[in-house]
Formats: sequence, C-alpha cells, structure tokens
Amino acid sequence: MTAEALVRTGADAAFDPGAEAARATAAILHDTLHGTERGVVVDSPPGAGKSTLVVRAALELAEAGRPLMVVAQTNAQVDDLVLRLAEKNPELPVGRLHSSDADPYDKALDGLPGVRKSAKAADLAGLAVVVSTAAKWAHVKVDEPWRHAIVDEAYQMRSDALLAVAGLFERALFVGDPGQLDPFSVVGGEQWAGLSYDPSASAVTTLLAHNPRLPQHRLPVSWRLPASAAPLVSDAFYPFTPFRSGTGPGDRRLTFAVPSDGSGPDRVIDEAAASGWGLLELPARRTPRTDPEAVRAVAAVVRRLLDREGAARSERSPDASPLTPARIAVGTAHRDQAAAVRAALAALGVTGVTVDTANRLQGREYDVTVVLHPLSGRPDATAFHLETGRLCVLASRHRHACVVVCREGVDDLLDAYPSTEPVQLGTTVKFPDGWEANHAVLAHLTQHRVPWRP
Amino acid sequence: MSLISTLARLEAVRTGRAQPATTVRHRHLSDRPLVLVPLVTAGEIGAPLGALVGTDRDAPRLLAVPQPRDRDLRFAFLAELADAVLPHIDACAEVVEAAERTEADPETGKRVKVEVELCADAAQVIVPSRAGVDLIRLLGRSTRFRRTAEQDPEAPFPAPPRVPLLGRWLTHYGERARVPGSSLLLAMTDLLGRHWATGQSTLEDQHLGALLAWIDPPEGASGAEAALRAELARDAEGQLLCPPAGPATDPAFDNHLLGPAIERYDRARTALAAAEDGLEADERYGAVSAAEREIRALVLSRTRPTWDAVWHGLDLLRRLPAGAHVADRWTRDRWSFTGHRDRIVSGEPPQPRRDDAVTAANKLATREREQARLEAQEALDDPLVMAGRRLAGEAFAGEVTDVVMAYGEGRRPSPRPLVTVRTDDRPQLAERGKVYRSLGGKPQAAEFVEEAGEGLLVLRIVDKMGRGREPEPGSVPEKGDLVCFTLFEHEQRGGAKLPDPEATPWTHGGPPGETAAVPEAPDPLTEEDVL
Repeated sequence: MTAEALVRTGADAAFDPGAEAARATAAILHDTLHGTERGVVVDSPPGAGKSTLVVRAALELAEAGRPLMVVAQTNAQVDDLVLRLAEKNPELPVGRLHSSDADPYDKALDGLPGVRKSAKAADLAGLAVVVSTAAKWAHVKVDEPWRHAIVDEAYQMRSDALLAVAGLFERALFVGDPGQLDPFSVVGGEQWAGLSYDPSASAVTTLLAHNPRLPQHRLPVSWRLPASAAPLVSDAFYPFTPFRSGTGPGDRRLTFAVPSDGSGPDRVIDEAAASGWGLLELPARRTPRTDPEAVRAVAAVVRRLLDREGAARSERSPDASPLTPARIAVGTAHRDQAAAVRAALAALGVTGVTVDTANRLQGREYDVTVVLHPLSGRPDATAFHLETGRLCVLASRHRHACVVVCREGVDDLLDAYPSTEPVQLGTTVKFPDGWEANHAVLAHLTQHRVPWRP
Repeated sequence: MSLISTLARLEAVRTGRAQPATTVRHRHLSDRPLVLVPLVTAGEIGAPLGALVGTDRDAPRLLAVPQPRDRDLRFAFLAELADAVLPHIDACAEVVEAAERTEADPETGKRVKVEVELCADAAQVIVPSRAGVDLIRLLGRSTRFRRTAEQDPEAPFPAPPRVPLLGRWLTHYGERARVPGSSLLLAMTDLLGRHWATGQSTLEDQHLGALLAWIDPPEGASGAEAALRAELARDAEGQLLCPPAGPATDPAFDNHLLGPAIERYDRARTALAAAEDGLEADERYGAVSAAEREIRALVLSRTRPTWDAVWHGLDLLRRLPAGAHVADRWTRDRWSFTGHRDRIVSGEPPQPRRDDAVTAANKLATREREQARLEAQEALDDPLVMAGRRLAGEAFAGEVTDVVMAYGEGRRPSPRPLVTVRTDDRPQLAERGKVYRSLGGKPQAAEFVEEAGEGLLVLRIVDKMGRGREPEPGSVPEKGDLVCFTLFEHEQRGGAKLPDPEATPWTHGGPPGETAAVPEAPDPLTEEDVL
C-alpha cells in the first residue's frame, strides 16, 4: 500500500492538507534546485496549486541566479503567469516574449514596471525570467542554452512541440495534469503509435519513455475542488494516484436569497448547493448535437443561478461573496454547442458567463459550473465523447457546485458502446478508460438526480 | 460527418441517386494515370495473386502468380510489376523544367535562391480502394530492403534487379498518399466519395461497385437497388456478378474456382518434376502451361470489371472542371516526386523502417499544414464546399449594407473602415474574432466588431488597403457588394524549424545512434520464408 493510500484510509483525522502540500512542494523544489537529473516531473490534479508551484519555483530559480525560461501552451496562460510573477515580486525583471501579431498580449502587462515585452528573444536577453508559448519558443535560436526551464501544462503539450524547444534549455521542471485532455492531431498519426517519440503523444510520455529515471512528484491536495467533489474526481479519474480536497465538508457553502419556485432548474440548483452535485435529467430522446431543449435547460439553470442571488462562503474569507456571472461557467463538448448556449443565454439577457468547450476550460476555475453532458441525446458513444480527459475537465472546474444537464438513458448508451479503440502495440494504456470513468461519474450523479420535463 | 454531407446523403436516399458534394474536381487527374488493380491471396496479405496494370484502358497488362506461396513466382511477379511501373515513372522523371528554390547557402548560411530541376509531370498511380493503397505500402516495405545479386553477390535469394527500386518508389507513393490533398497515389473510392454523397454509409462507400451504382445507376434502376445488386448479386454458379475491388477476393471465388485451379497447377508441376524423359516432360509442360493459363484467365475475370470501374470513375471525375488550387497542390506533388528521384539518383539508402523523432515530427507538421490548406482551398474553390462551411458556422456570405470610413489610432492613422454585412448565415463569431475574405486571391483580414441587429454584422477591415491614408481603390467592399468571409485562415504559416536529426535533444532520446547511419539490413530469413 502506498503512503498516500495509508493516509486516505488510516489517519483521516490526522490528515493536514496544508502540511502535506507543503511537504510535496518542498521535495519538488529541492529536486529542481539541487537535483542531479536533467528533468523533474510533477503531476498535479485539478486545482492543486500548479500555478502557485510554477510561480514559486520560478522565483526561487531566479533568486538562485539561474536564467530561466518558462514554456506555457497558450498566450492566456503566459499572461496569467507573468501577472502572478509580478504580483509576487514586482521588482523581478520578467520578459514576455510574444508574437508579432496585433494585440499579442494582455494589456494589463503594460502597467507592470518589471515586465519587458518584445517579439524578439534578443531584446529580452539577460532578464531573470522569460516567459512565452511553446509555439513562439520554437522560433527562438540561441547559442547558449538557458540553464533552466519550466514547462507548464506539459501533459497538454505535444511531443513534437517539446522536440522543437528542448534544445533551448539544459534542465527542466515539467508540470501538468495527467487527467486532462490529451493533445491531439487533426491528421492520423497511427504510423508512429508505439514509438517512444510518437509526435502526437504528450510531451511527458515521450520524456519519460526516454528518461525513465527522472524524479516524479505529485501534488496531493486539491484546493479548488470542494470536499463533495474531490473523492469522486479522484476515484473516477485518478484511481491510482488519489488526492484529497484541501477543505472539509463544512468549509464551503452556497446559499440563495430567493427561495426555490419548485421548477426543475431551481430544484437542481438546491440539490447542487446542498450536495455539490446536481443532475438535471431531461426525458430520453435522440437529438442533434445542439439539442434545443437541453440548451434551453442549461440557459435556464444559469438564469436562475443569477436571479436567486447566490452567495458563496469559503475558507478564503469569512464574508460571503455574491455569485456573479464571472464566477459561473458553462462547459460543453463541442464548439457549436457552446455557440448555441451563448445564443440561448443572450436571449435570456445573461451576459458575462463563460461558455466554452472542455478544451478551452482547461486550467480555469469557477464557483459554479453548468455542464451539458457530452453523451446527452447521442445515438452512439464515440472515442471523442468517451475521452476521459473531457469529462474530467468538465467535472473539475468548480469550487462549490456542478450542475450536469443530460438526457435520460446515457447509462444504457454506455452499455451499448463499450470502448472499441484499436490497441496499439507499444503504447502505454491509460487508466481509467473513458467508458469506466463515465460510468463512475454517472453512478454518482444519479444520486443527485432531478428529473424534469421542460 | 458535417451537417451538409448528412443532408446530401438524405437527399441521395430520397432521390435514389448520389448527390454532388462539390461543383469542381478537387484532385489532380493526370492525362495518363497508371491504373493498378491488385489482388492478393486470401489469408496471406503479402502474397500477390495478380494484377492488372497500365495506362491504356483498352490494353491492361495482366500479371498473375499461379502459386502465390512460391517465393520465386512472387519475385517474378514483382519483377514484372517493376517492369510495368518503373518505365512510366522514369519517363516522367526524365522531363524536367527549371525552377527556383530557396536554400540555405552552405557557406554563409543565408537563404539564397538556387536553380534546380523540377519534373514537368509526375507519374500518377490510381488504385481502386483504400486497401489498395495499404497494399502498395506493404509491397514497398517488403521489397525496398531486398538486395539484388549485383548489390550483394552473397545474398542467398537475390531479388531481381529492379525490385528494390520499385519498393522505394512504392514506399514513397504510400507515404505521400498520407499527405492531405496529394494526388500522386489515389484510391478511386476516396476520389468518388469526395465528390459525391451517396445514400449509404461511408463504410459501404468503400465498395467501388456500390459507390458507382449510386453515382451512375443503370437506366431505370435506383442507386440503392443497383448498389445492392453490385454488393450481393451472384450468378448461377454462386459467383459475385461484381467482384470486389480487391485486393481481397470473394471467398466463393477462392473456394470454388481459384483453389481447385491452383491445385491443378500444383499437380501439373509435381508431375513435370517427376517426368523421366524429355518427351514426357514436354507433354507435362503443356499441362503446366494450361493450368497457368487457366489461373491467368481467372485473375483477369476478377480484375477486369474493377479495371473498367476505375476508368468509369475517371470518366465521371473528368467531367468536373478542376478547382483553382488543384494545379498548385499538384506542383507540390511534383516537388515531392522530384525530391525522391534526386534521392535515388544521389545514391541515398532506402527509406528507413521507422522514422526518427525529427522526421516523424516534420511529417506530422507537414500533414497538419496540408490538411488546413486543403480545407481552406477547397472551400475557396467551390461554393458548394463553402456552403457546408457556412452551414457549420465557419463562414458567412451576405450583402454589404453600409461602409463607414474610420481610422486606426497611432501616429500615422491607417484606414480601418467599418463594413456592415447583412447575412442569413449564423457564424460562430467570437468577440474581436478574425475573419478573412479573398481579395484577388489574397486573404484580407477583418475583425468582428458587433452584431448591430438581427443578421447585421459589423466588421473592421484591417489590412490589404495599401500604405496611404486612403485605402487603395477596390480594396474596401462597397455598399451592395456580395461578400463571403471565413472564420478560418486561407493560408498556412510555415511551422518552426525543428532541429536536425543529429541534434535530437535528450528529451527525445538524443541523436539516433551510429547504427542509423548505415543502411538497415533486410529482415533475416526464417524457415517460413523458404517453403
């Protein structure tokens, strides 16, 4: 039995999330700063303080006088990191390497005195930390590689993207969440499946295949997920590397000033506020992808969440903070579904609520999420819809509660469509498979079911 | 499957005929394509049974292997195939035109233009189905490492002279076929499936006979009836009227016709080997020839319908005019063809069994870029394809209802006119999302500003208006113009340059070792190789 499992089963009362997380962080920083291996890999479950770790490691490396490059995957992630670095240490000279497009970075960076921005790496030479996207770094040429690098969201980075930038640094800290969506390619890459350097595999897969002895760490505590969500997400998506929530059952509360009107959306909101989960179940039906009824139901739930003047209490502050549109997100599987939900929300006069696909919600955090189930109303379950990471992202963005809108009959659909992906020789089989994870989540959601006929 | 193709398939079911999915032809068709209709032995995918090959539809060359398990006969088949295919490739490789290419100067490292040869045309190979493309790859894989007696006098079973060269070309064609939009090696079912939507599933579209039945049904029959007949109808002896396009054969044919014929051939050969004198041998040799002729006739009877079907498909496709960007993509195929020709001439070893990390990443990047390029070019070339993108919310067309001149901020105000477009389409526009339209073949970008009312989209044009304060004439749409904007980019940026294979970083296992520098040895012979 692993140490983690012992902690989970044995000494529940003795589990101190703060101390556990601090111990893990200390070990990671020690290996990063004083280790002998060229790389350190950190697995981080949703909301486990990955960004905080990256910022801290960056500051410590900079303090130790080691020139550092940071590789993130999207411009939004890069800007976010730069803002966090500047917030922690406004004096630190940080370089933001950006593209030569119009509006290449967040305007908020202009107000930071320590941050220099340029489209040319040469302009940023000598700065303590230089941050950019993998795509931009790939165009950079250097004579002398950086002493150190941090690769953020390394599980979402493709192997070929790492190949393009790995020559720029001597050693690196790789941080990411193995449970989120795997990188993908729009063209088939089956001919390379099973090769250790399969270009469409994730960067960490390739890295570990070639360097199996690299130290691997794990952040053990999710600070985002509430006590109601962490066990389910941990069991369903991280069965062999469990994690805990940083808060206890009573630490987070979601209350509403306006009482329920007894409608389906209101009942599911109350269920989710009380238990952390709610399943609004519409009658079984095969529908097009942008199922108008389900889309309207999603919009209605969001509308009621706002109308009922929600207030969220958490460990962060003793006072309740109002549940504003900015604290709510809607997650879907497809872009056209997101567009349909946006249109439905606009029709109800709702603005400011984030509506996006699982891919784009990765790494984001909200108080309440409303999810259109990827399998709702479908006649079949394809590999895309069964993908473990997709459901994991959708089910792990919230700090308080998650409402899932779904048509009845998904359990039958799952039984009719077991995963049938061809087995590729030489590739590591990922556990759990999406089929199993979907069943696990659905079984839990059924306990918080609110049937509704709109 | 996109919404428009689903609708087209429903329409095909209702009308009983395949519906056009395009208004132009999106793949290059050579004037003299080399058509290859291969067959393999059931249960032994790498054992060819025969083929029809050639560039003249009335005079195909028949190749047949009377005993597919006999390695000598298999090599004889491959030698004959090389004899049929390589002269066609050589003929194309000889005719060149001068072209320019930018290359890094080996001394200064600067990008300079160098004059190089570009083959004026490349040899195009057409097979009936996707399984045929796989067989081409397999044949390439199994022959390109073979050694001829000239290369290695010690080789216990030397390959006929041109067979390894054939393997290298087949491998190149098989790899190139994986690049979206390339036309060097095409499967007829893919070609027809791209240009027509039938009333059956895409899986059923893999049957060339059924696919053609939907597209061009015989007089008086509906596509569905004709397709069913093509798939299932059998003659009095239980043989399919429309034999499968291969390379696999119908089991009823294997069991009742081919199997007995091969047995007769085997018996005749055994008898010949046991002949005691010349006279007897002569007589028995006649029996062997007769048995061989019988098998050749059987192979011909199964390949000839497919051969005709492929040419029928070519006729149908040639009726469509070529899309505007097809020639551009074919030029890329010609570069690929020329590049391979040059590698062979310069004496490079055959393609390795597995790509190294850098080659694999480069190939994947190329294919992704070509995929995006192909999707954009097809939409720009073809209003019907664009309609599909509009229906999917990835493009919109409409009339310009208003143009307001505005200027950008900055020291030198540049024109940033606001254009209002009225459209019935429902594009999935994001705030400040970029949209593009084609302006004289070049993409002009605009930014989505707001939706001013139901179906009224306000856009800000941001480039291609010249350097002056006033936009160049014709560069800004005018009121009443019909415009079509896409949410996807029209041209693809080149990706970043990857390191050289010798500089593969530690994360990817470091440079491929010294072993990779020497050509790979062929697979060692096993007992099963020599029956």
